[in-house]
Amino acid sequence: MNQIHCRINGSPVAISSPGTRRLLDVLRDDLGLTSVKEGCGEGECGACSVLLDGKLVNSCILPVLAVSGGDILTLEGLRETERGRCIIDAFAETGAVQCGFCTPGMVMAAAALLFEHSDPTEQEIRIGLSGNLCRCTGYDMIVSGVALAAERGRGLW
Amino acid sequence: MNDSISNPVRRVDAYDKAAGYAQYLADMKFEGLLYGRLIRTPVSRGVLTGVELPEMPEGYRYISAADIPPGGENRIQMIKSDWPVFVSDTVRYLGQTVGILTGPDRQRLHELASKITVHCRTQEAAYTIEEGLACRGGAIHGDDNLFADFHLKKGDPEAAFSQADRIVEDTLETGFQEHVYMEPQGITAEWKEGKLVFHASCQCPFYIRKAVAPSVHMPYENIIVNQTTTGGAFGGKEHFPDVIASALAVAVYVLRRPVQVIFDRREDMLYTVKRHPSQVLFRTALDAKGRITAMDIDARLNAGAFESCSPIVLQRTIFSANSVYDIPNVNIRGRAVATNTVPSDAFRGFGAPQGIFAAEMHMSHLARELGTEESEFKRKYFLAKGGKTVTNGTVREEVLLEQMWSRAAELSGYYEKLKAYPPGSYRGIAPAFYLHGGGFTGSGEQEIINGKVRITGSKDGSAEILLSNVEMGQGTATTFSKIAARVLDIPLDRVKIANPSTARVPDSGPTVASRSIMVVGKLVERAASQLRERWGGTSDESVLVQYEHPPWIRWDQETLQGDAYPCFSWGVCIVEVSVDPGTWEVETLGVWTGHEIGRAIDEAIVHGQVIGGVNQALGYGGLEKLELSGGGFAQHTLADYSIPTSLDFPKVTSFLVENPYEYGPFGAKGAGELVFDGAAAAYAAAVQRAVDRKVERIPATPEYIMEITEA
Repeated sequence: MNQIHCRINGSPVAISSPGTRRLLDVLRDDLGLTSVKEGCGEGECGACSVLLDGKLVNSCILPVLAVSGGDILTLEGLRETERGRCIIDAFAETGAVQCGFCTPGMVMAAAALLFEHSDPTEQEIRIGLSGNLCRCTGYDMIVSGVALAAERGRGLW
Repeated sequence: MNDSISNPVRRVDAYDKAAGYAQYLADMKFEGLLYGRLIRTPVSRGVLTGVELPEMPEGYRYISAADIPPGGENRIQMIKSDWPVFVSDTVRYLGQTVGILTGPDRQRLHELASKITVHCRTQEAAYTIEEGLACRGGAIHGDDNLFADFHLKKGDPEAAFSQADRIVEDTLETGFQEHVYMEPQGITAEWKEGKLVFHASCQCPFYIRKAVAPSVHMPYENIIVNQTTTGGAFGGKEHFPDVIASALAVAVYVLRRPVQVIFDRREDMLYTVKRHPSQVLFRTALDAKGRITAMDIDARLNAGAFESCSPIVLQRTIFSANSVYDIPNVNIRGRAVATNTVPSDAFRGFGAPQGIFAAEMHMSHLARELGTEESEFKRKYFLAKGGKTVTNGTVREEVLLEQMWSRAAELSGYYEKLKAYPPGSYRGIAPAFYLHGGGFTGSGEQEIINGKVRITGSKDGSAEILLSNVEMGQGTATTFSKIAARVLDIPLDRVKIANPSTARVPDSGPTVASRSIMVVGKLVERAASQLRERWGGTSDESVLVQYEHPPWIRWDQETLQGDAYPCFSWGVCIVEVSVDPGTWEVETLGVWTGHEIGRAIDEAIVHGQVIGGVNQALGYGGLEKLELSGGGFAQHTLADYSIPTSLDFPKVTSFLVENPYEYGPFGAKGAGELVFDGAAAAYAAAVQRAVDRKVERIPATPEYIMEITEA
């Protein structure tokens, strides 16, 4: 059993868990942060994406010990911010959401991208989303969602 | 801005999903929940001789065929009931369910499951279509391994063949395809006040109820199925949830505790149903002027170990085997072949993509052979209003393919590019044309489903739609609501629609066959207009309507003759590629596609279906290789089975042409499957032109392109 201290969605959290447990399980099972989805469990699909110190990571392949001292943002935190609301609205408006299972991860990927490039080109958006799989949309409308968020959120990023 | 119903609205489920509030099965809480893991056969074919269990800690239980309650039967009720809940003797595929292990801790369950040894006596297995047809190891099903053997005849093919100037032969093949819905299969079952209650990620709640009833010997009224917000399905959650639910039914009947089974991705990829691999053989008779006078077609599907819905899938394949072309004389044989692979089952398009791929590529090969430009050759044979289908049914609508072709050709710069990139220039552009029959095949809507829809109006001015078709990403929560809101003349947010529960909604049928909007949406429209007559928004009223068959349909289910579908939706797709002559990697440079689906209930939702369907089809055509290996699949992770990412294909240019259909709501026809049917053929034909070699199978991976080019 390890004691892991980190920040999650802005609040300090002490986690008592075996250090090898997946961050995904700690977030979902211990903390009830169920926006973080398990799509593949092997770091391929991105449904479990969260931000660790501003970088996009797959929480299904990250042992919780690895986030010690880190700052984690999930969609539960992001959606309370103006940036989060901007992306969510843009996704809803552009038809970027179908079954929705990949969507929380996509929103997190969009946030990570926009923090880095406030005015991304289509290709930069596609690269930014390329670690997140979606089987419903064929991506075009998600790409439009991110572009709309970039445009609308000028000054936010 | 006109006030057409097609004008996009914000989807009713978009915010909850995008903000992470939507609860999928894994996100729901159940008191005293146990987890379940299916224990599977380690061989593809043989006889189960024993199961060795480790010492079971308290709270852990292994449940198998021996636990089926008195009166219960070891069978899953699908169309047939050949698929048992648990293997008790004969093994038909690798990974077939032998038992279910249950317990409170997932990690512990996983460890215990790995210590269970399933012993089988192995028999020689048949995996491929050829091996199935040859009854390798003896017949698996009947005495010939055929779940279905259909014959169709149009005109007088024998006479045409006897007068042929020449005959061209061709064999086209397609591979397995995995659905890869992002939310894996999962169901929780619980015992509540004498009732068995399921919470399922599924397409067809009433199918599950029917499937599990025999195994626990319970009447329908004591079985409740609640659909949970479903993270994609594409046909993969049509029948396969029946398999999980049946094992869970027995477990919960015994334990009287909630039990949850959620597959991990590896299990889902290895042991759930797939798209049927196909082999379609053509013999085509040409006259002296190079005109097609007859076709003889032999279509075979690898159906896998159990029947499931393979005969109906096969019907779609053979009914689509002439694509959009009116060939005067045709013979078609179709066979669904039993093998020892995981059963093949429904997948978006439901057999049509295999038939259309074969027909489009064969037409493309004929054009090559005759030295005629492909689109020009194909367009000579377009079906028209009044034309005859391969089942001798009649095309009743105006066919707008020419108009769609002109637009797609112009948008893509088809003719300029054709000149700029001659065959073999490593750049290629090619078209595919396709159609999709709306709704259930033949008389299914009338004789099997007979869907019902209820709409209730409340005195607070809101209305609720009650039906069993599920929102699984395709947008029906929004489109059904739009239809009702428009007819009732109330704002969209005054219409409620919830995930269905069999305890609450009438059976409007399964969420399959592109029937939801065209057939069930029409019931919504009818119910809403009846409600409107008597409900002023100030009282509680309720209306129930039932399906009515369009009166003109003539269909004989025995001979498969007549109008297989009440109408068709139509498509054209152009794909442009470049092929790297060093690595044989293909870059897709453009995709232009047009569809005629009657009228869109929501243009943005249809656009989403188009782009999603086209990407899935391009994956099918170029990327998604799923190979048999020792009776299982060589690819079983998302690292080795490649579905399209945001970088694989470019932005799709899509347009719609309107052609309202009288028996669809606001003129709408089916859209969800049509959009999958053509892009794989367009991709393959574009690659074919780029390398100037015949492409005969998909996926056309770089390895395959190298093979045909360097041969």
